[in-house]
Amino acid sequence: MKFSDSISLQGLPVRRPPPLNRFFSSTPVSIIIYCFIVSAILYSSFTGAQSMGYNWQWYQIPKYIYTYTEDGFQFGELMLGLWKTITLSFTAFILAMVIGLLVALLRLSGLLIGTKVAICFLEFVRNVPLLVLVYLFYYVLGPVFKYDRYTASILCLAVYHSALISEILRAGINAVAQGQWEAAKSIGMSKPQMYRYIILPQSIRFMLPPMTGEVVHMVKSSAIVSVIAVAELTTLGQNIISDTYMAFEIWFTIAIIYMIVIMILSIGASQVEKRYTVTN
Amino acid sequence: MIDMLPIIKFESVDKFYGNFQALKDITISVNPGERMVICGPSGSGKSTLIRCINGLESHNSGRLTVDGVEIFEGSKEIIRLRQEIGMVFQQFNLFPHLTVLENLTIGPVKVRKIPKSEAEIMARKYLERVHIPEQAEKYPAELSGGQQQRVAIARSLCMESKILLFDEPTSALDPEMINEVLDVMVELADSGMTMVCVTHEMGFARKVADTMVFMDEGKIIEVAPPEKFFSKPDSDRCREFLEQILEH
Repeated sequence: MKFSDSISLQGLPVRRPPPLNRFFSSTPVSIIIYCFIVSAILYSSFTGAQSMGYNWQWYQIPKYIYTYTEDGFQFGELMLGLWKTITLSFTAFILAMVIGLLVALLRLSGLLIGTKVAICFLEFVRNVPLLVLVYLFYYVLGPVFKYDRYTASILCLAVYHSALISEILRAGINAVAQGQWEAAKSIGMSKPQMYRYIILPQSIRFMLPPMTGEVVHMVKSSAIVSVIAVAELTTLGQNIISDTYMAFEIWFTIAIIYMIVIMILSIGASQVEKRYTVTN
Repeated sequence: MIDMLPIIKFESVDKFYGNFQALKDITISVNPGERMVICGPSGSGKSTLIRCINGLESHNSGRLTVDGVEIFEGSKEIIRLRQEIGMVFQQFNLFPHLTVLENLTIGPVKVRKIPKSEAEIMARKYLERVHIPEQAEKYPAELSGGQQQRVAIARSLCMESKILLFDEPTSALDPEMINEVLDVMVELADSGMTMVCVTHEMGFARKVADTMVFMDEGKIIEVAPPEKFFSKPDSDRCREFLEQILEH
């Protein structure tokens, strides 16, 4: 192609996509297809349940969320379970941050022993399934160190997520330009001062997106502690089902509750992210 | 310069990166108030040399004393000593999350423990001195390269250091911004600050240097006052280099 050709090409309009493509990517058609798929899934699951002779009792569900009697407003069992899930995840997350920061700093310390200890910890935690870790913390370490199931669940979730968090922290710290360390050193800062005033504030924006993902992950993986019967959302759901046999309604409800909580978290996270986007 | 103890003193300093020897038997000293300009082709070890002075690089053998303190790897003194040595980098290395004023005051406030109000007065004074007092509230990313480098110089000045190191301060700048930075550096030189400067700006070197140093392949080839250095250097290598860069 000659140079003059490439200039004359600039003014040409973009070619219209073929009619079939245009038909399927138009908004109304997309919505219709979407509705069709969703209703097909819903219809087949309901008819499937019907053919099993499943007895739907949706009217039973609200009382597990809240009750309003002459005693006043009261949260139902599922809401109490949700509250437990939230406090459990929150406590575990704070602890995971502390452990994660320690592990990341140990790994970055440059001390041979520090690096090795950190890597051993990471490899152990990353290569053991979470469920096994839960059993380990409850059935093995629990009796040894004499703590209850709630503590076991917090410790287990914290340790499991600290490994992931420490990698996020390490990546964030490493993403700060080398020149920043040198500049901080050259004005006479000590290592803690460099981290505190120069490196960590800058790494926050690198860490924030994966860290918010980690919060969501934490809330979701907290469901696993139901295997040691910590009274959180999933456990309480199971309890209600074993009393009432309303497996379908309760699991749908629980899924929706998790979904709402996590969507709220994600929206909050994206707000925080926006605040920390610095022009560089 | 009569009978003064040198403020920086290299004695047979060697530095290796793996098998590569970056500095070979460096022996040189800088007196208080002296302005030294180091030049040489890239990879000749001039940046390594200057970075050894504030311990950003550590040497492998020989002795290096700065302000009467010996510098070696892992020395505890080095952190205190760095307060006495300002450094200006090729890439400016301003703190992007802090405003210009905060860039200038963070060292004095956090390291020297000077009250914030006092540090701000001082910072504004030095911003005045690098001719950008009006930029105090901006973030580094909002400034031009030349302005950023002048902020970096002001940041070093705020530590009220005894020595200023410049590591190719104008190499990353657009041509029209080089002069505004060099002007500031000339003014500093005139004020009697001890300066060690790695640069290829020979006009600047001629104007301010007390001593010119030429390095090649990790060795110091030539040390001479500028008059002699630019007119009749002893080594052929140095003459070739000068012909190369003065051609333009």
